[in-house]
Amino acid sequence: MIRFILRRTGSLFLLLVAVSFITFTLFQLGPADPASAACGQECTPERVQEARVALGMDQPFFVQYAEYMRGLVADRMIGAPGAESLCQWPCLGKSFQTNENVSDIIARSLPYTFSMAIGALVLWTLSGVGLGLLAALRKGSPTDKFIVGAASVGVSLPIPVTGLFLLLVFVNQLHLLPFTTNEINSPFGPQGPWAWVLNYLLPWIALAVLFSASYIRVTRTNMIETFGEDFIRTARAKGLAPRTVTFKHGVRAGITPVVTMLGMDIGLLLGGAVLTEQIFSVPGLGFTAVRAAVSGDLPVTMAITMLAAFFVIVANVVVDLAYAAIDPRVRLQ
Amino acid sequence: MTQSQTSPTAVAAPEPAAFLDVRNLSVKFPTDDGVVSAVNGMDFTLDRGQTLGIVGESGSGKSVTSQALMGLLKGTSAQVTGQALFQGKDLVTLSEAGMRQLRGRNIGMIFQDPLSALHPFYTVGHQIAEAYLVHNKATKKQARAAAVDMLGRVGIPSPDMRFDEYPHHFSGGMRQRAMIAMALICEPELLIADEPTTALDVTVQAQILDLMAELQQETNSALILITHDLGVVAEVCDDVLVMYGGQCVESGPVDEIFYDTRHPYTLGLLKSMPTLTTASGKLNPIPGSPPSLLALPQGCIFSARCEYASMVADGLCHKQRPEFTAEAGHGTRCHLGGEQLLTIRTSR
Repeated sequence: MIRFILRRTGSLFLLLVAVSFITFTLFQLGPADPASAACGQECTPERVQEARVALGMDQPFFVQYAEYMRGLVADRMIGAPGAESLCQWPCLGKSFQTNENVSDIIARSLPYTFSMAIGALVLWTLSGVGLGLLAALRKGSPTDKFIVGAASVGVSLPIPVTGLFLLLVFVNQLHLLPFTTNEINSPFGPQGPWAWVLNYLLPWIALAVLFSASYIRVTRTNMIETFGEDFIRTARAKGLAPRTVTFKHGVRAGITPVVTMLGMDIGLLLGGAVLTEQIFSVPGLGFTAVRAAVSGDLPVTMAITMLAAFFVIVANVVVDLAYAAIDPRVRLQ
Repeated sequence: MTQSQTSPTAVAAPEPAAFLDVRNLSVKFPTDDGVVSAVNGMDFTLDRGQTLGIVGESGSGKSVTSQALMGLLKGTSAQVTGQALFQGKDLVTLSEAGMRQLRGRNIGMIFQDPLSALHPFYTVGHQIAEAYLVHNKATKKQARAAAVDMLGRVGIPSPDMRFDEYPHHFSGGMRQRAMIAMALICEPELLIADEPTTALDVTVQAQILDLMAELQQETNSALILITHDLGVVAEVCDDVLVMYGGQCVESGPVDEIFYDTRHPYTLGLLKSMPTLTTASGKLNPIPGSPPSLLALPQGCIFSARCEYASMVADGLCHKQRPEFTAEAGHGTRCHLGGEQLLTIRTSR
């Protein structure tokens, strides 16, 4: 167990280094010119050069990268000569755009992304697994066909379509829900948990429609397969109640692929749901990342990319641990 | 328990309550390609303390028969008709809830492959104790004690330790012992064993058969042993029922089936058994393959593979399905007369 965690932590670090290096390289190879962007309009070549020095972009590539990585473990001075400011470790740099500490930007965006992810996750897991199980239990019935059909529709509806449709119907026409506001980013805020739920309900539904469709399919397929297993027949032959057969013997055995999917999706979603955040104007990680990438804000882009990678890797470790908890045969290895 | 008749019969007359009385049991599966007639009009009776062997090749309807008796086809698309009176209750028409009361407590079942039949995520002991807890008002502790005791009785060493192990920790033979423990923990009066030794080593097979016979004696239960292994049948069964294409083609006491064989299919099965004295080392299979259960032939269902069909006049075997006729508890479904059979047997 300890060896497992140590090994996974080690690979986590290696992967993060790789991700940071690749992002850094791609950024340098790309057309983005942060210096001209930073110096604003009506810029003379001299002022661009000054900006370049201030951003540290006059240095060779490897020096820049090494300096950035050093900041992760030690304090670092950032800024033009004579106008430097201290960036305490772990230093993710300062925004090229606002000169704000990147860690502050991340800390500000993260609650929005968490708020979106958690609700959507609960919603789509419950609906996806629940409907998938129902379809599997009623295999071949009209209920099953309806659910499978709805899943096919759901999976082919892109977020902009569902998102804008929901906004149009529930906010614009029916006035049932408020438009998403930036003032609420946690259920523990002054407005209380209910306002939080209402505020994020539409993005949750938009994400859930998209995600639960694939959960329905995977759950249904796996549960149908599991219900055909010999051990289910054994459980029935023992005289167990149908509920026990379905849940204790069936679902536990058939749910493992869903756990894998869930882990991957949580990881991806925590890195920022770019489209959903854009459409509902939620200033989460995805929203911030897009803005940073467009304006050539390297430190912010780097930080969000690494954070997204971090979430995906950690989610994978959690999936592996969950697997071992569910399936005793995995514990051997 | 009144001893009415110890051998399987096809007599349609009402009998004084037999322990298990199966009449005209049929199972059909509607599929996209048509209706599959898996079992067609099975008749047999069984008493406590007796062992009935159901023999036949793959797809002959052996397992479907057992699942129909167990009520495991309820809730599926399968259409089960006929009658299966178990202590006066008709297993065919009994509700799923009523069937659930019988399963595990009055009728136990052992399956072919114990690895896939045991749940991989629960300990062996948990699964056995679970079977005990469904039908007994007991605490978990009592259930554990009962399960440990049962594991000991089926010959698993240090059962208290093995209780907490998972099926993948057990060897094949041990798993089948655990299956038997699970099926027998509530001491059912009827045990259905569906190919219990097929997935096991030959040496382990004998041990498992001995164990089942021993436990059957202890509880005086009835046993239906489904197998394609005639050696197993000869060893443990009192009566034999030979199935082909979902029909019973021959049934009777074990000795008569082996030494007074009356159906060419049974003969073929016996001939195809390898013996130590077969010099060539070649096997003698029955040529051809079983008929499609989607469209059974009009005549005798074995006629296409029967090497003696030409002995019957007018090609009757291909035109008309023979009736099941029985005398003294030994019945067969064949157009061949007694003298013709004698010729066939002596010519072997």
